[in-house]
Amino acid sequence: MNAPSLDELFESARTGNRRALGRLLTMVERQDDNAVLVSERAHRDAGQARVIGVTGAPGSGKSTITGRLAAVSGAARPAILAIDPSSPLTGGAILGDRIRMDNNVSSSTFIRSMATRGHAGGLAVAVPDAVRVLDAAGCNPIIVETVGVGQVEVTVAAAADTTVVVVTPGWGDAVQANKAGLLEVADVFVVNKADRPDAHGARRDLELMLDLGHRGDWRAPIVLTTATEGEGIDDLWSEIERHTSYLHHSGELIRRRCRRRRSEVTDRIELGLRDRALHIIDDQSGESTMVRVERHELSPAAAAEQLLATLIPDKPPEE
Amino acid sequence: MSETPGISPLSADHQEPLRVVLAKLGFDGHDRGLKVVARTLRDAGMEVIYLGLRQTTDSIVAACEQEDADVIGLSMHNAGHLTLAPRMVQAVEEAGLGVPVVIGGIVPAEDVTVLIEAGVAVVLGPGASTEEVVAAVRAAVARQSPAR
Ligand code: B12
Ligand SMILES: Nc1nc2c(ncn2[C@@H]2O[C@H](COP(=O)(O)OP(=O)(O)O)[C@@H](O)[C@H]2O)c(=O)[nH]1
Ligand SMILES: [Mg+2]
Repeated sequence: MNAPSLDELFESARTGNRRALGRLLTMVERQDDNAVLVSERAHRDAGQARVIGVTGAPGSGKSTITGRLAAVSGAARPAILAIDPSSPLTGGAILGDRIRMDNNVSSSTFIRSMATRGHAGGLAVAVPDAVRVLDAAGCNPIIVETVGVGQVEVTVAAAADTTVVVVTPGWGDAVQANKAGLLEVADVFVVNKADRPDAHGARRDLELMLDLGHRGDWRAPIVLTTATEGEGIDDLWSEIERHTSYLHHSGELIRRRCRRRRSEVTDRIELGLRDRALHIIDDQSGESTMVRVERHELSPAAAAEQLLATLIPDKPPEE
Repeated sequence: MSETPGISPLSADHQEPLRVVLAKLGFDGHDRGLKVVARTLRDAGMEVIYLGLRQTTDSIVAACEQEDADVIGLSMHNAGHLTLAPRMVQAVEEAGLGVPVVIGGIVPAEDVTVLIEAGVAVVLGPGASTEEVVAAVRAAVARQSPAR
């Protein structure tokens, strides 16, 4: 692949060519050698878009809300990145988010579905890259939907300027495992399916939890929505807007983005190291070390130390 | 939309996992078969972008572009296939997508050749096995020339 065609691809994407943008996203999604080039090229033009994360339990209404948000944002070119888990057994996935969005969004909304593709660590790199590409293509705002069950998914959604956490009446059980993690990242809470009994109970639970302690000077507001009817979506959008201006005035926006950029570097290092680590096992001497472990001649601990030493000459001191 | 310069050398290369757009065109409400096919393809390791009911050729083309799909799968049960399927093929050609269109559902035997001549890659019918569905999709993609 050579640079001019990549430039042309970006140029087309910027002028709204869906196919060019679709192709660029595939390149970063794969995280192959092209991905680094695309990421670097995108970096030049990115940094403009506002990024909104939407997370919560499966079926809570994230896609319905996300589609409606894109519509009420009034933006010329909003984008949605909808992330769903791949099947751990087959690697395949059914990406069914568009079905809840298509009726509500205008044709100017760019929607991309993304599967986690097994490598949770990769998601932490592929998603920021995809956001960067959408940003460089002139999309704004960019709404990232992830299922809020695993730590990585929540972290990915939280790598946004504003993170919306969606719950439903009786939600506690659905996300029990990661309740604390979800609560911690919320800038705005949505109690969706407010047409169901006990939406107010869910709100009360959240209020109680927030009373116990929220960080900083922003207390996450709680919005009741019935996304299927579009009810409460305007309120939700104004709370997101209010959070955006809080971010600007408090200086929190800069702090957040700085933190995000730093942690992306860390994530990339971790991922790169893992890749390289797997390489040293693949090569000749790695294989012979492995064989010695198999024969019980060498302990796994000693083997790992030996192989690591070829990767990183000096082990950093223990913290 | 005409061929966009600069895209061709980087065009969809049909690497795994294959990305498949599944949809029903128009007002045909039979989506049971499509749901079965979605699960079948997922279990074969593909990424299925499920659009579901009431799609138009425009909405399918848009989804294909945004999702960088390798193949379009349509399910047809309302006897509209002779009009709708060629219309889909034409829309794909006009957009310069170069993705094959695979069809399943209720298509009388005598219509199958008509559809194939109109540019449909494969036509499957009731009782198509899991293996047949997967093989049909893979074959359609493989036959598509990699340089679009
Ligand atoms: C179930 C059914 C319904 C259900 C649909 C439920 C649903 N949500 O899907 C209900 C009751 C709603 C219904 C309604 C109607 N139906 Co109806 N229905 C059927 C029936 C009995 C079975 C269809 C089915 O689900 N099969 C099971 C699935 C798994 O099989 P399949 O869809 O064929 O899919 C397989 C293959 O074709 C292939 N495949 C399918 N799609 C795709 C896509 C790709 C990409 C690939 C690779 C493969 C593939 O793989 C699948 C697995 O093998 C058929 C009769 C029949 N024997 O097919 C009539 C039938 C389809 N219906 C028919 C009719 C006329 C209607 C109605 C118009 C009127 C009526 N008589 O009730 C309404 C219209 C509703 C509407 N809005 O469109 C006719 C259609 C006639 C025609 N096309 O010429 C049929 C053929 C009955 C008949 N013999 O007259 N129907
Ligand atoms: N009753 C009710 N159902 C809703 C509401 N919002 C979404 N749904 C339904 O909940 C299901 C899951 O919605 P979806 O947006 O796909 O949820 P996601 O999995 O979190 O993205 C769909 O059947 C929606 O129609 C709501 O406000 N009230
Ligand atoms: Mg969803």
